[in-house]
Amino acid sequence: MDLENQKRVLELSEEHGPENIVVLLGAADAEGAGLAAETVLAGDPTYAGPLTGVSLGLRVYHVCEEEVKQEFDEAVYEEQVSMMEMVLDVDDIHEEMQSFRDEYMKF
Amino acid sequence: MAILKDRKIIVIGDRDGIPGQAIALCAESAGGDVVFSSTECFV
Amino acid sequence: MNSVIKGTSYILAHTPEMVLYNGTTQTTERTVNPDSEYLKELPKHLRSYEEAVAYYPNQVYIGNVTPEELAQIEMPWYDKPVEGAERFGPFGEIMPNDEFLLLIQISDEFDLVKLEADFVEKVRPALAENPVVTPAMLDRIKPGVELAEIDKFVTEEAAEPLYFGGELVGCVKRAHNIDLNLSAHVLHENLVTKASGVLSVLHALRSSDVKAEEIEYLIECSEAAVGDQNQRGGGNIAKSIAEIAGLQNATGSDTRGFCAAPAHALLEAAALVKSGVFKCVAVAGGGCTAKLGMNGKDHIKKGVPVLEDMIGGFCVIIGENDGVNPELITDYVGRHRVGTGSAPQAVISSLVTDPLEQAGLGILDVDRFSTEMQNPDITRPAGAGNVPEANYKMIAALAVMRGELERPQMKDFIAKHGVTGFAPTQGHIPSGVPYMGFARLGLMNGDFKRVMIVGKGSLFLGRLTNLFDGVSFLMEPNRGVKKEDDKAADTDEIRRLIAESMRDFAHSLMLKAEQEV
Repeated sequence: MDLENQKRVLELSEEHGPENIVVLLGAADAEGAGLAAETVLAGDPTYAGPLTGVSLGLRVYHVCEEEVKQEFDEAVYEEQVSMMEMVLDVDDIHEEMQSFRDEYMKF
Repeated sequence: MAILKDRKIIVIGDRDGIPGQAIALCAESAGGDVVFSSTECFV
Repeated sequence: MNSVIKGTSYILAHTPEMVLYNGTTQTTERTVNPDSEYLKELPKHLRSYEEAVAYYPNQVYIGNVTPEELAQIEMPWYDKPVEGAERFGPFGEIMPNDEFLLLIQISDEFDLVKLEADFVEKVRPALAENPVVTPAMLDRIKPGVELAEIDKFVTEEAAEPLYFGGELVGCVKRAHNIDLNLSAHVLHENLVTKASGVLSVLHALRSSDVKAEEIEYLIECSEAAVGDQNQRGGGNIAKSIAEIAGLQNATGSDTRGFCAAPAHALLEAAALVKSGVFKCVAVAGGGCTAKLGMNGKDHIKKGVPVLEDMIGGFCVIIGENDGVNPELITDYVGRHRVGTGSAPQAVISSLVTDPLEQAGLGILDVDRFSTEMQNPDITRPAGAGNVPEANYKMIAALAVMRGELERPQMKDFIAKHGVTGFAPTQGHIPSGVPYMGFARLGLMNGDFKRVMIVGKGSLFLGRLTNLFDGVSFLMEPNRGVKKEDDKAADTDEIRRLIAESMRDFAHSLMLKAEQEV
């Protein structure tokens, strides 16, 4: 994840408390989604950014995952995201995200 | 309890997946408070 | 009459040492983590020049292998070298690092590039053999200096070192002690963009029947910013390239728009020619050192060679309609508007279906879409997926939503109307334009009736707007040489006429209604 974005995630978690934060991702594939999830759950796996060694355990979901999708206004999701369900491998992404959440999510 | 409602939402979009702005609109529609939205680019 | 695409070029330069010292992933790592395992490990994962030449996607880029042939090769591609791979191809060449360093010295007007004397003498004959390098360029080669002098500039005056084969062979000096925009780092970056732009222009001249003096205007469309602290991004790399490439009758300017800039620049060039302002306009983009090794960490983690070791460049020459070359259609173009938003569906509609609707055409009427041609061998191991394929899936999904395609046909559509990605991840380089060379040939030999070039840009990276951007245009065979028996083309023409008359009819009805109110 971009180093500046990592910095903002860290600052916002400190400001609002990690228990109040949800991270939503729009990654193009399962691996990218997994890398970003790992970063905000367990720490930066590339050892480059401010989240290196910081295990925030934040709630994190991909925007196409059922858990969060059911909470969106249907019409907004339809217009903004739905087409991408035909493009992305949503099952793959979910599986990857879930494996990281099972291991590291604290909330 | 809902995941998004009344929580602080951080959006990390992807230019080749779903961009930040599109995700932020969804999050707001679920009652989330978007505190940061960005779109990453790997290319 | 529409303007035509008279020639295209695509060049690469192999620059493994610039991966180590100039790519931002590596320079960042050096700042935050100077003793990292990654920096120690990286040199072992760099490719030799021969490996870079034999790499399938590179051979496609210079035109020796087609994207269709590449699609038949099972990924990954880095472990399947092309047998008998050549340095030169119909579109350009893959230049070795040493010759490229000398080309940078040739491109330097301010005595900022210092190369070691023996190195210059050793490399000069090789560059002299290059068919596109002009005698005037060879005359510009400056004699080298002692290594001690270079060493002094690097250690005492913050010069950017230049390496070949692991040895220090030169440097780029800073042009100002305080002004960061004239620092050695920035000048190195800009000189590389300039030199690769020069090589691109020279190959475009070689591959077309256009003479250097015929080009009246050059639009440069890279992502480099040229200027001092009082006019950062002041620009006109274009004119500096034109000078070295010997375009004596040209002026020029730079067009910027992140990865979408080449598509914007081509529209501008086509408009300048179609309107009669200039008869012949070239569009060129040199490469970018910052992006070298951008995904190196992931490549090394996956045991993949560091594939982002190539500086890319391209040039397209647009001229007056000659009745032969394919036309760049400006009657209907796609554009991402401010009001389009960032939803992928809206973005793709604005770029793909909006212009087709204006033309009275459907998605299936386009034989090939060239969206973003990033090489998936590079992006997939980095968790960035297959960018061109994702774009084709979006176009296919849109076709399904519009009822132009059945969902089970999506895979076939992508295979038939898409192009396998082969371009280096050099920002603006992959965006639509790398396929224009193959498209031009396919439109001329009757393989294609219509090709769409789509450029997309991530404006939000500059932190001035959160907006996305993009423009698109169609390439079609020259209407002057349309074959009588080409019924398919005739059908399209009829459809176009019907769409036009329906629009006129609707317009007249509206006018009538307004009058009645």
